[in-house]
Amino acid sequence: MSGQGYQGKKNIPRITSDRLLIKGAIIVNDDQSFCADIYMEDGHIKQIGENLIVPGGVKTIDAHGRMLMPGGIDVHTRFQMPDRGMTSVDDFYQGTRAALAGGTTMIIDHVVPEPGVSLLSAFEQWREWADSKSCCDYSLHVDITEWHKGVQEEMEALVKDHGVNSFLVYLAYKGVFQLADSQVYEVFSVIRDLGAIAQVHAENGDIVAEEQRRILEQGITGPEGHVLSRPEEVEAEAVNRSVTVANQTNCPLYVTKVMSKSAADVIAQARKKGTVVYGEPITASLGTDGSHYWSKNWAKAAAFITSPPLSPDPTTPDYLSSLLSCGDLQVTGSAHCTFNTAQRAVGKDDFTLIPEGTNGTEERMSLIWDKCVVTGKMDENQFVAVTSTNAAKIFNLYPRKGRIAVGSDADLVLWDPDVTKIISAKSHNSNVEYNIFEGVEVRGAPLVVISQGKIVLEEGNLHTTEGCGRFVGRKPFSDYVYKRIKARSRLAELRGVPRGLYDGPVCEVSVTPKTMTPASSAKNSPAKQAVAGAQPVRNLHQSGFSLSGAQVDDNLPRRNTQRIVEPPGGRANITSLG
Amino acid sequence: MSGHSYQGKKNIPKITSDRLLVKGGRIVNDDQSFYADIYMEDGVIKQIGDNLIVPGGIKTIEANGKMVIPGGIDNHTHFQMPYRGTTTVDDFSQGTKAALAGGTTMIVDHVIPEPGSSLIEAFEQWRSWADEKTCCDYSLHVDITHWSDSVKQEVDTLLKEKGVNSFQVYMAYKDFYQMSNSELYEIFTFLGEMGGIVQVHAENGEIIAEEQARMLEMGITGPEGHVLSRPEELEAEAVFRAITIASQTNCPLYVTRVMSKSAADIISQARKKGNVVFGEPITASLGTDGTHYWSKNWAKAASFVTSPPLSPDPTTPDYLNTLLASGDLNVTGSAHCTFSVAQKAIGKDDFTQIPEGVNGVEERMSLIWEKAVTTGKMDENMFVAVTSTNAAKILNLYPRKGRIAVGSDADLVIWDSDAVRTITAKTHNSAAEYNVFEGMELRGAPSVVICQGKLVLEDGNLHATSGVGRFIPCTPFPDFAYKRVKARKQLAVLRAVPRGMYDGPVSEFSPMSRGGTPSASARTSPTKQPVRNLHHSGFSLAGKPAQRGELQLPFNLPIRFPIPGCHRKCQEPDTHTHTHTHTHTHTHTHTHTHTHTHTHTHTQQSAITFYNALHT
Repeated sequence: MSGQGYQGKKNIPRITSDRLLIKGAIIVNDDQSFCADIYMEDGHIKQIGENLIVPGGVKTIDAHGRMLMPGGIDVHTRFQMPDRGMTSVDDFYQGTRAALAGGTTMIIDHVVPEPGVSLLSAFEQWREWADSKSCCDYSLHVDITEWHKGVQEEMEALVKDHGVNSFLVYLAYKGVFQLADSQVYEVFSVIRDLGAIAQVHAENGDIVAEEQRRILEQGITGPEGHVLSRPEEVEAEAVNRSVTVANQTNCPLYVTKVMSKSAADVIAQARKKGTVVYGEPITASLGTDGSHYWSKNWAKAAAFITSPPLSPDPTTPDYLSSLLSCGDLQVTGSAHCTFNTAQRAVGKDDFTLIPEGTNGTEERMSLIWDKCVVTGKMDENQFVAVTSTNAAKIFNLYPRKGRIAVGSDADLVLWDPDVTKIISAKSHNSNVEYNIFEGVEVRGAPLVVISQGKIVLEEGNLHTTEGCGRFVGRKPFSDYVYKRIKARSRLAELRGVPRGLYDGPVCEVSVTPKTMTPASSAKNSPAKQAVAGAQPVRNLHQSGFSLSGAQVDDNLPRRNTQRIVEPPGGRANITSLG
Repeated sequence: MSGHSYQGKKNIPKITSDRLLVKGGRIVNDDQSFYADIYMEDGVIKQIGDNLIVPGGIKTIEANGKMVIPGGIDNHTHFQMPYRGTTTVDDFSQGTKAALAGGTTMIVDHVIPEPGSSLIEAFEQWRSWADEKTCCDYSLHVDITHWSDSVKQEVDTLLKEKGVNSFQVYMAYKDFYQMSNSELYEIFTFLGEMGGIVQVHAENGEIIAEEQARMLEMGITGPEGHVLSRPEELEAEAVFRAITIASQTNCPLYVTRVMSKSAADIISQARKKGNVVFGEPITASLGTDGTHYWSKNWAKAASFVTSPPLSPDPTTPDYLNTLLASGDLNVTGSAHCTFSVAQKAIGKDDFTQIPEGVNGVEERMSLIWEKAVTTGKMDENMFVAVTSTNAAKILNLYPRKGRIAVGSDADLVIWDSDAVRTITAKTHNSAAEYNVFEGMELRGAPSVVICQGKLVLEDGNLHATSGVGRFIPCTPFPDFAYKRVKARKQLAVLRAVPRGMYDGPVSEFSPMSRGGTPSASARTSPTKQPVRNLHHSGFSLAGKPAQRGELQLPFNLPIRFPIPGCHRKCQEPDTHTHTHTHTHTHTHTHTHTHTHTHTHTHTQQSAITFYNALHT
């Protein structure tokens, strides 16, 4: 540790960027803004206030009254992602450089284990890639690409020993990653027991597969086939289904890549009904639309390929940024996953083979500022919430990340709301030839970026260090998410009705169950079912039922004095019967 | 034919109930009510009006100003249904007697083929059971319990030759009747092409199976486990999914047994978005609720077991009646499927084994009158619509059924809106020991029922004859559903973008599919057709070539192109290119502009739906 005895005259330490003072900034958190100086040392914020007593000779930045905000957290990246022997062109070095250039000081990448490959070994592989190359702090989501007993054990290990608290399941990619509803139910049950977050890629893969075939049969092979075969209804359907399963299992849900108005609407409605669900629009869905799939330039059209696709409805970005502003959507990512044209061209004769993903990690902060703050939809505090704080809260990084406070990590951005720039592939930090925001003029950009207490962007120059990014482990049972889940679990104990044995006649039946009432099917996968009382895992909606045990008026066809209690978060399906 | 020279004095024919005059009634159709006499002969309405010239000596019924309504059509029954070697207690004779007693003069039963067996054989089996016993006219829905090319062939035959135009699929009953999403897609696609109506039993069977296992593990084995393992969210989820698939395949959808508020809400939302979807609440969901599953009397609790279950929310019946009155739900059935207590007791130790079904065919009309008309939610015309006319329209039997008009079948009910009776198993016409509406007092009942031109209920006496009921064949492409579907089909042609060949470099890649981009999976059955719904036809708007930053790109190809099938002049908005880029206000403005352009080139209807597609 440096910095002991720094007041001593003879002991002036080497002046490194480990110590940094920012003077005259407006500090912007998600709850308030205020003027103060801020002193950081060893990658942490040590002091906030006026007239700070700091070591002599520390590097000082004068903010001139500009906004200083927590560095952005990009909750969804796919750097260096393998796809059929190819790798996306931005590796962890290039990707995190682009992130830092845009004011994002932490990324959370997705580990995508190939089906058949152990989650743990895939996780270690990603760790290795990222540790050697990442320029900023990072964390990892792990995708569940298949489901069996071993996967459950590995999930437990990942949560307990490896700092993972979020898992993504796919409702699309039939025959590859897609899980059946019953598997999703079991995965969600496990996730809830572990205190993690269930993330979902929401598209109905069965219908997508049918539509893809149909579109190909019609001779449509270009990128427009991608969006035609994945209409937004199919996205909304899958969001609705995953919300239903999450409600049933009392598991918190996080919908990645909210791309369409209808999907966002389903999330907004579910939140109004009390579901613990979060929606993540991405840079692309907030900033552009799917009309480009019809570009006559194949390479350009292909550059927009991602799933769920960008909506051809040009009012979508505006709508999604409104929902982000009002809190119906909470978090933003980039889903940055870039392939160059030669890689995309793998699907030149068949759109289903085009590797998927768009850029956005560098543009995310500026684009949201331009779309939401400049337009007056949100203030700078809400901007901090959706670009950083909410992500930190959901994924249990708060207040270490996502807040400017004493003790928090020194990941900061000095924001210039007046600067304008034109996004272009010529000047961006990604390796990809196309930028889907090409030519978009955005107002608002980082002036200085500080990551781990070091200046990484100043005067337009990036000073990043490959491999200095640390893996940030995340603990389960994030308060922001699980306080409500726990309360609901406690409420939701089920009991049977105590009845005498039925001793009347019983009809003879043939042995095999025939029409109408099949026996419940055998379980083929490992979710442990809760034993009565031991792990009350009901959601609140069902909780009222035990009150109805008292059947004082059982001879009457209807009870006249029913008290209806709407449980918080309750659909009105089950009510307490007084 | 009798009745040639009926004015001749010496030739007075046998006075049969084949000729009937109803005098002084107020005729109620779904569109209007008016006073007139009705003369019918040979089971058909021959004349309507005042001072009719009719043969002498015919039987005349004085309606005394009471309402005369088209006989009810119960669009959902399960009479004589086989269940694991036993049969439901109401066969076609008993069941149709109960129907007639309640003012229903036609039923539509469900044929349920065993998975793996022939649909046509099952259909013929049901035909023979019904022909032998029914006391009123009937039609049949056929349930598709498995799917293959041969089933598809049979469906084709049933549609074209056998008089079936509606087929039910199950999203529940995992590993048994349940269809996968891909199968649903194929069935919907096929029926959408052939002019059939897809009916769906909407519940998520995957999750139910999980929940059932969980309940049983927790030691909950009684009937309350039934409703606990089938929460209404699972019904709503499946309805939502079915609507999505129907919308993708441009196929009209009919949701059987709408049991919960949330499921009904999904249907009304979808209708607002323009989906062709019909919802069928049943007598039970309109009249009672699921609190009875917690009855300490096992037999009573078990008598309420049906799927989707009755909702434990006691405000459900009122809510569903309101939606029925507002037109968000359209049709009513009873899903009458009755088992004796001994049969229900098959599941005394395991609720998943309880045979499912409730009564309701006899109570349906009175119950809706009581809940919806006496409360002022709907008028008598709407009552006729939801109990008879809408069903006839969907079945493509209108105006033969569902309307009082010259040439229509003489299936009539004289309705006594003041009659009050109390429902009880002691007096009902079903053979079941329990009645789920036990003790309810209902206002409104049939005082006279005429079926096939014959008096079957008069002065409280039922004169039904087994075996007189005829099978009424239903033809495909009912206008009520298909006019819109056809219009959308015409609009929804997809075209590829004409591009030059990509001739740049192509990366090496391993052919096996992984990491994000699977190849399309193999087909199990060959459905191909252009069936887009209108929502997707909106895509042509997206051809809108106001591309951001197009000018900066090296490949500055002309991207403005007329999209065939898009009737908009795609060439015109050259000046939009730059303004469109930066501000949302402009984006909005353009959208509206184009929408209005459409108004001129398309029909009003499609323009509105376009608008909806863009703004929902």
